[in-house]
Amino acid sequence: MTEHSFTAPHVIAYDYTRSLGPVLSHFVTGLRDGKVKGMRTSTGKVFVPPTEFDPDTYEDLGPDSLVDVADSGVVTSWAWVSDPRPYHPFDRPFAWALVRLDGADTPLVHAVDAGSAEAISTGMRVRARWASERSGSILDIECFEPEGAQ
Amino acid sequence: MSEGATEDLVTGIVVPVSIQYDYTAGEAASRFLAHIPEKRLVGQRHGDTGLVYVPPRGSDPADGEPTEQDVELGDKGIITTFCVVNVPFAGQAVECPYVCAQVLLDGADIPFQALIQEADVEAIHAGMRIEAVWVDDDDLAPTLESIRYFRPTGEPDADPASYKDHM
Repeated sequence: MTEHSFTAPHVIAYDYTRSLGPVLSHFVTGLRDGKVKGMRTSTGKVFVPPTEFDPDTYEDLGPDSLVDVADSGVVTSWAWVSDPRPYHPFDRPFAWALVRLDGADTPLVHAVDAGSAEAISTGMRVRARWASERSGSILDIECFEPEGAQ
Repeated sequence: MSEGATEDLVTGIVVPVSIQYDYTAGEAASRFLAHIPEKRLVGQRHGDTGLVYVPPRGSDPADGEPTEQDVELGDKGIITTFCVVNVPFAGQAVECPYVCAQVLLDGADIPFQALIQEADVEAIHAGMRIEAVWVDDDDLAPTLESIRYFRPTGEPDADPASYKDHM
């Protein structure tokens, strides 16, 4: 009888294709074209990412209610990732942040390439760094970076 | 929205999902795996009930008692039940149609799932005698991937009464 125990690395991986539906299709197409689109609801609030339903009246919202918002805004909350994992957008430390874009009333989750935890703060202004090749994905925004950093 | 923008609308995204982890087999499964490079399938017997489990997990799933007695099982057995896979899927390694079967090794009391090849899919049936086809000797390793698949032996079918309690 052996006391030895075998150990082996296992990877479980699969891709799934998500249908975007009548609203997010336009949001993602906008990202491909270098624009961020939000949804204006009955109260005049703008949701980014856009919603398919009005949170107050529960009515369907279609692409006609989409509005363009800016690709820069304010960090409303953040968490520093000091030890990035293999599937993170960077192999160097970065922040996950909630970014409220100018013209939007709700914040969007994205990565902020701030360099160090001391360089990011709630209320700081950030701007999208667009990917050089865009295909229709949230990753068409590579990340956000402190405004004036480019 | 301009007409052009609607026509080349992005309607779907591909989302990769992946998790990597280290699997530790534990003592019982490691004993089983250690024999695989010798082309031996060794199950484990429950001391009281006499039931033989393969691949062994180290304890009886019914009463939790340890299964400490090793039992040499050989690499032949029967198909108890099976499924013909006709639907292709991403990452599929075998061409459709193929058969996934519950294989009950001779002397074992519990079947395990295995690929059946070298057989006409239409001819596969419960009670069919099958044997393991191993990888080349140089490729033998302590993993069930050392068994490429099972194939029919051509021997007469097993009597259904012999496996009715092992479905």
